[in-house]
Amino acid sequence: MSPLRRLFYYLDRHRASLLAGFVCIAISGAFSLAKPMIVGNAVNDLVKVVTRGTLIRYGLLLIGVAAVEGLFLFLQRRIIVGASRRIEFEMRNDFYDHLLKLPVRYYQEQRTGDLMSRATSDIGGVRTLIGPAVMYTINSLIIVSGAFAMMIRIDKTLALISLAAVPVVAVMVKTFGEKIHVRYKAVQDYFGDISARVQENLAGVRVVRAFGQEANEREIFGRMNREYVTRNRAQIRLTATFYPMLHGLIGVMYGIVFLLGSRRMLAGQLSIGDFVALQFYLGRMIWPLIALGWVINLYQRGMASMVRLHEVWSIPPDVLRDAGTPVEEKPRGDIDIRDLTFGYAPAEGRPTLRNINLQVQSGETVGIVGRTGSGKSTLLALLTRTFEPPPETIFIDGRPIESIPLRQLREWIGMVPQETFLFSESIAENVRFGRDTASPDEITESTDLAGLTSDVASFPQGLETVIGERGITLSGGQKQRTAIARALVREPTILILDDALSAVDTATEERILSALRDIRKGRTALIVSHRVSSVKDADHIIVLDEGKIVERGTHDTLLAHDGYYADLYRRQTLEEELEETA
Amino acid sequence: MADIEKHEDEGGKAFDPHLARRLLRYLRPYRLRATMSVVLVIISSLTEIAGPAIIAIAVDLFVKPFAGAQPVGVSSRIAEWLAAHGWTMTPLQGIDVAAGLYFATLGANFVVLYTQMVMMNLMGQYIMYDLRKEIFGHLQKLDIQYFDRNPVGRLMTRVTTDVDALNEMFTAGFVAIFGDIFVLLGIIVVLFWMNWRMAVVLFSITPLILLVSIWFRRGARVTYRQVRVRIAAINAFLQEHISGMSTVQLFNREEKEREKFDGLNARHRDANIDSIFYYAVFYPLIELIETVGIALIVWYGGGQVIRGTLSIGALIAFFTYAQRFYEPISDLSEKYNILQAAMAASERVFKLLDTEVWIKDEGTLEVNHLDSIEFKNVWFAYNDDDWVLKNVSFAVQRGERVALVGHTGAGKTTVTALLQRFYDPQRGMILINGLDIRRYTQASLRALFAVVQQDFFLFTGTVAQNISLGDPRIGENAVREAATRVQADRFISRLPQQYQSEVRERGAGFSVGEKQLLSFARALAFNPPVLVLDEATSSIDTETELLIQEAIQALMEGRTSIVIAHRLSTIRSADTILVFHHGEIRERGTHDELMRIDGLYRKLYEIQYRETVAATA
Repeated sequence: MSPLRRLFYYLDRHRASLLAGFVCIAISGAFSLAKPMIVGNAVNDLVKVVTRGTLIRYGLLLIGVAAVEGLFLFLQRRIIVGASRRIEFEMRNDFYDHLLKLPVRYYQEQRTGDLMSRATSDIGGVRTLIGPAVMYTINSLIIVSGAFAMMIRIDKTLALISLAAVPVVAVMVKTFGEKIHVRYKAVQDYFGDISARVQENLAGVRVVRAFGQEANEREIFGRMNREYVTRNRAQIRLTATFYPMLHGLIGVMYGIVFLLGSRRMLAGQLSIGDFVALQFYLGRMIWPLIALGWVINLYQRGMASMVRLHEVWSIPPDVLRDAGTPVEEKPRGDIDIRDLTFGYAPAEGRPTLRNINLQVQSGETVGIVGRTGSGKSTLLALLTRTFEPPPETIFIDGRPIESIPLRQLREWIGMVPQETFLFSESIAENVRFGRDTASPDEITESTDLAGLTSDVASFPQGLETVIGERGITLSGGQKQRTAIARALVREPTILILDDALSAVDTATEERILSALRDIRKGRTALIVSHRVSSVKDADHIIVLDEGKIVERGTHDTLLAHDGYYADLYRRQTLEEELEETA
Repeated sequence: MADIEKHEDEGGKAFDPHLARRLLRYLRPYRLRATMSVVLVIISSLTEIAGPAIIAIAVDLFVKPFAGAQPVGVSSRIAEWLAAHGWTMTPLQGIDVAAGLYFATLGANFVVLYTQMVMMNLMGQYIMYDLRKEIFGHLQKLDIQYFDRNPVGRLMTRVTTDVDALNEMFTAGFVAIFGDIFVLLGIIVVLFWMNWRMAVVLFSITPLILLVSIWFRRGARVTYRQVRVRIAAINAFLQEHISGMSTVQLFNREEKEREKFDGLNARHRDANIDSIFYYAVFYPLIELIETVGIALIVWYGGGQVIRGTLSIGALIAFFTYAQRFYEPISDLSEKYNILQAAMAASERVFKLLDTEVWIKDEGTLEVNHLDSIEFKNVWFAYNDDDWVLKNVSFAVQRGERVALVGHTGAGKTTVTALLQRFYDPQRGMILINGLDIRRYTQASLRALFAVVQQDFFLFTGTVAQNISLGDPRIGENAVREAATRVQADRFISRLPQQYQSEVRERGAGFSVGEKQLLSFARALAFNPPVLVLDEATSSIDTETELLIQEAIQALMEGRTSIVIAHRLSTIRSADTILVFHHGEIRERGTHDELMRIDGLYRKLYEIQYRETVAATA
């Protein structure tokens, strides 16, 4: 689908209201063009002998015509702009829907700000094209051609001269409009540079002060500030030329009508009423003329936005999402990893994971330790299919993981990621994120298990307390425990904690772990941690280093082995002692 | 949601005499320009109003569009005046003269309007320049504590958005108000002059316009605020859900989140459709009122023409002016909002400018060499009684190396901050060469130290600029020499444009080790007598680690140094090690002495350096 085709797809869905809108434009335009004629006739009648009654009739006729015109003006705006808002709504929904289907790896390369600006300002740009731009175009065309037709009836020469103004004004508005827009953007960009500079100065205030650079910074800022004024000057000149010029051009049109019109009146070729009507028609044409030039720019910007949206729409959604055959029976949670080797960019460098073999039975707990960058998180990402593992390397309940529909796989898994991501909603909402059918009791139960109860009790609205910018700020540990509750409420077959207790103190950690032990029946658990205390009771402990399993066993066998794990254990015991001396 | 709506657009006073007087001070340097602008605005309103009057009079005097048409009122007086001066013209000549006059006013209007717009907008720019300069300058002086308490984003708003609101007031608001008022006044005067009865009838619809305009502005503002709140909600949602996309997908929440978004999106759509209502009513209504005005002219003015008390030209003039006086009235009601926003912005800006600086030069002594540093019973807290340093005392003699060790949060970094007088201690004293540091100028005091912080703050700009910080005293050679001594030149020479390579925001693209070497080079380039170093804890590859160790040795050479040390090599080469624990110095001595005590230091040492010991052993 091309950007244009996509645009028409949306327009087509609203063709009835758009057509109705166009009809309203035509009607209001026709009535609007009748008014100068009425005034002209009235003035002509003044020359003859008229009664005040006739004049009142003219006045009432004018008001009546204006009322009808107004009604249809009202309708045209409501219908067309309303339709454009509905189209905007549909496009934004569809856009977001598309975003939801894109694979996670897409988001690792994409800046959030960029996607945001597409979802908001670009869709807004397309909306302006569909609504105001289309409305003004049709309106302008009808008024300009209508006024021209009426003027031709009155005086051909004058009409033609006025017609000549159409391209002049439209081109002028278009060129200046575009130039002003470009210049404006350039000025704004430079202002962005200044902002960035100030931002850095403020963020790096200690460096600036430590090296005594205040004067120098003032000097640099002063220079940029001056440059900004200079750049603005060009922009100001442009605007200051454009507006009076437009003003002047319109004045010239009136002047010409006066000059030629009065000569014709002297020659008896033009009645005073028609002269008045001509002036009124000229007045009617001004705004449509300006609008014509203006909308050309709106079209250009709108289409550019449409292209930018189309870029995102053309990215295929994750096709593997819906592949696989649904599993009928209840999952057990056996995990079997066979000779797994994986690299993010296979072409370059060493794979992130090498020859991983691991068998876990349902109900068992695996502890995974290792340095930063040893491949722990990658292993978990493959297990949740955030990244696709090579085929036939990971099996759950004996099925290759890629044959299980993604939805179902993720339903089985309760994941607590390393970087806790919570939403700015209430705690209860955040927990319910795990399973939206969870009852209030189930939510309390899982916050209980996650050791969050006493914290929640201290919050102003308990579980309904909103977190984030609009509410309270949770500590790192509270965030992690909320994320644990969120994972637990899923009643997952496989529970994954990715360094999920790092911000929790050891006593709380112990309490959570023992609570988890009680509910671990029938669940498989994977616990990644930097802390020995989190994994020491696991059924299997593996130590990863540079993508390979370098040690495996239980706490006791690994201590006896006296390797990385044993060393880690000793250091952490010392650290605890030190805390106690405090 | 209700809270946001309150914060978004709090209506405040549109005029506050105190703030206004203070704002006027910024106008003072440009008072000539400002006065000129006002004068030009008046002239441009006059030229704008003159056109239709000229046409009207010409029609009366020369065209005489129907039998028996006689100039009345203004036109007849002008006709008499022309005759008295002996200026007689044929109708054709008259029309040419009138057209000439008309085009002349057009030309004048163009020139005046252009000059006035350029002048006024430039003045706005100059005032903004002054304001920004003042705000930025003040920010360079404010206490570090102020920056601890005010997030950068908020301060940025003062320099950008708030200054913009003031510009709007100085340009669009201030002078434009004069413009609107003068055009309006001009039209009123001309129409009354032509025929006061007709003018009264026509202006009887003014209150209607005013009412409709106020109704519209008020309604449009309310709905606009709604729209803004709701688009903000969409933005916040998108921001969160795009960053948290993996969480959404992991928890199979696509469907639910789609529904939620649909809800927000629909609310935004509905708010917009509500706002269409005001626009859809306003424009046709104004059009209708305008037509009522024209109908009044046809009815009442027509009657006067018939009776010969209104000339046909005046009738035409009424038609023209009737279409022109809606705009200024409608505009005036908008100015209120601009003033309101400007008052709120100026209040915030002035509050920043009024923030007092506590850490000031209390003496004029310049210090340019170092004999000794001494902390004497120093107590310090960032907040109230939350002591970060408790009764800390130690002394460093010229040429000594002191290592500060201890857990994170033990108060080590605070020691270096106090030394540079980023804060003043609540109790106790810090002495340099035996004198309280408050007696020295801040500039000379800070110039004693080369500081390398933990987070290696890099600025955007070139590599060379990051080393010299753009300080004109540090030339190209000094930059190269410094880089070479800390062995940063090796990776710099591999960069595409060497020293002229661009550093992106926050040093993105450089490894931690490279950033570290760059900040070492920076410290060395300034070549001060004392090195204050906060060593990074981050682990790096062995090769870079060696480079860094060598660089640190080069930095410490021939200098007094105070190092928050994490590297064993740095600690071992120290003359004194101060062990900080919960804000106190708990142990002090050399490495060997402290190891013998078997206390805190030994434990710390075993936690942090066991591995290194094992590796080097």
